[in-house]
Amino acid sequence: MSFNDKLVTIQGLSVEFYTEEGIARVVQDVSFNIERGQCYALVGESGCGKSVTALSIMRLIPDPPGRVTAGTVYFNGRDIYKLSEKQMRRIRGKEVSMIFQEPMTSLNPVYTVGDQVVEAIMLHQKKSYDQAWVDAAEMLRKVGIADPEQRAGEYPHQMSGGMRQRVMIAMAMSCRPDLLIADEPTTALDVTTQAQILDLLDSVKDQTNTSILLITHDLGVVAERADKVAVMYASRIVEKADSDDLFAEPLHPYTRGLLDSLPKLSQRPKRLVTIPGMVPEPLSFPSGCKFHPRCPLGSDDER
Amino acid sequence: MKENTAKTTNGYLLSVDRLRTYFPVKRGLLRRTVGHIKAVDDISFAIEPGKTLGLVGESGCGKTTAARTIVRLVPATSGKISFEGVDVLAAKGQQLKGLRRDISIIFQDPYGSLNPRMTIGNIVGEAIKVHKGIRGSELIDRIDMLLEKVGLGGSYRNRYPHEFSGGQRQRIGVARALALDPKLVICDEPVSALDVSIQSQILNLLKDLQGEFGLTYLFIAHDLAVVEFFCDEVAVMYLGHIVEKACAEELYRNPLHPYTRTLMSAIPQVELKRRQQRIGLVGEVPSPSNVPAGCPFHPRCSLCDERCMQESPALNEVSKGDGHFVSCWKQDEFSD
Repeated sequence: MSFNDKLVTIQGLSVEFYTEEGIARVVQDVSFNIERGQCYALVGESGCGKSVTALSIMRLIPDPPGRVTAGTVYFNGRDIYKLSEKQMRRIRGKEVSMIFQEPMTSLNPVYTVGDQVVEAIMLHQKKSYDQAWVDAAEMLRKVGIADPEQRAGEYPHQMSGGMRQRVMIAMAMSCRPDLLIADEPTTALDVTTQAQILDLLDSVKDQTNTSILLITHDLGVVAERADKVAVMYASRIVEKADSDDLFAEPLHPYTRGLLDSLPKLSQRPKRLVTIPGMVPEPLSFPSGCKFHPRCPLGSDDER
Repeated sequence: MKENTAKTTNGYLLSVDRLRTYFPVKRGLLRRTVGHIKAVDDISFAIEPGKTLGLVGESGCGKTTAARTIVRLVPATSGKISFEGVDVLAAKGQQLKGLRRDISIIFQDPYGSLNPRMTIGNIVGEAIKVHKGIRGSELIDRIDMLLEKVGLGGSYRNRYPHEFSGGQRQRIGVARALALDPKLVICDEPVSALDVSIQSQILNLLKDLQGEFGLTYLFIAHDLAVVEFFCDEVAVMYLGHIVEKACAEELYRNPLHPYTRTLMSAIPQVELKRRQQRIGLVGEVPSPSNVPAGCPFHPRCSLCDERCMQESPALNEVSKGDGHFVSCWKQDEFSD
């Protein structure tokens, strides 16, 4: 396989966490590819392993207690688990960067936002502080912050949630990475702000040909923004398809259940369709098909 | 709903009339009051028994403050709230205790709203002990019955909150709210902290309980799709004001306020045919301590003109008797 069109190739990835109560297999046998300029969505409910999968691309799984026990992650043609920590540091922030769900806790409260963007720039580019400051202001302008020179001198607490998320995106995009990992980037935001931030991510993607790995639980966001989708449930990918195909014809009963259980505008059913039971805990995943205890089609073979 | 600034309690369980809740902003050494955060600014609504009113809006619009004012967790600045003819804001002593029995609340965060050091049985049973003085095996029977009703079963009685998942905890919160056979249950974002597959379970549970016990709900949420499913009537709030109010079907079929239209178009939808008609919205919600003059929505509104900047529109019925109220100078632009 050539790696020219594939930016990220993940093959058979498994991640385990060693806890006092036992071994939690939070990611099992996950494989997918992200092409350049593509928006790839990982969808699933809490605890399904989607964030851990993303962290393993950055090689940020805390070890111990976590460990990647199997599989390979190729990024730009390199097996990142064969790189030294020093090489890895050069990739993080420069070739792959990440934005998080809660922009308040991921920004440093005691530095101005300008300084935080400058830090990302100076770490990876040979630039003086003054040059980096100019670049930072330009980056802030690009993400839609009015009056960037002045606002760069403000602290995170002076900004609203949407503004902080824009700063995070400016920081993440300041070195023009090949891949931007967005972990629930709009979950903490209001719907109108969410639409603004998603539009911004779209335009950033189109301008710089950056690929986006979008991690979310919101199927509506996926349907509107992603090119490809992988649905995760209890540590495994259960369905993987082009976004339009998945929503036109979901094949896995879990995907179908999720779609059916969403209340939709302009339909007023008497009751909502539900998936019975609960999302299983990683320490007590069921045997066989992980979805069988909740599946309407479950039979004895699947246990 | 009829014009509810007129009379209260005429067929309504709860009626809120021109309610204002302001929080003082204090500055300096002497803590002088330099201004007010107008969290809730002149809102009126009423709920008929057995019905559900939805209060929708983005964070900071005052919907939670309105709810907290109704249960007297926050003092009101002015206005009137009456519940079954009782003046809620003036109630004290036995009357207030009675109100606390009849109005209960379900909170958003199922992790923060349960005391981690109390067993589930104590959490659910505490109010029964205080208000009804029931003890011993009778109390246990009642707790088991309540847990049964919310789909948990009495065997969970001696466990602690950390042993439960988010959805189960929210069920415990529902059981606690129902413990005193309330007439009105205020649901403050009851499902927004839950996973998608669990949300629908809790919404169905609340609907079933409404049918069984004839409950009246004040349902607070930011998700318009959830509200449409759940509510009979919907009021949309922006910056402390109600900008539009109508029965759910009418509001979703024919939204008239530009803010309502924007909110609806901003919801990401999974159906292909519903996408790509988004109305963009510039800027952010202004701070409630510094509300713009005129119509509160005017700095972000695409239809804004001179009049919108100067005069604040009142909440008027669109055509007489149809129960659809909107507060906008430009409402005719959208009428069908």
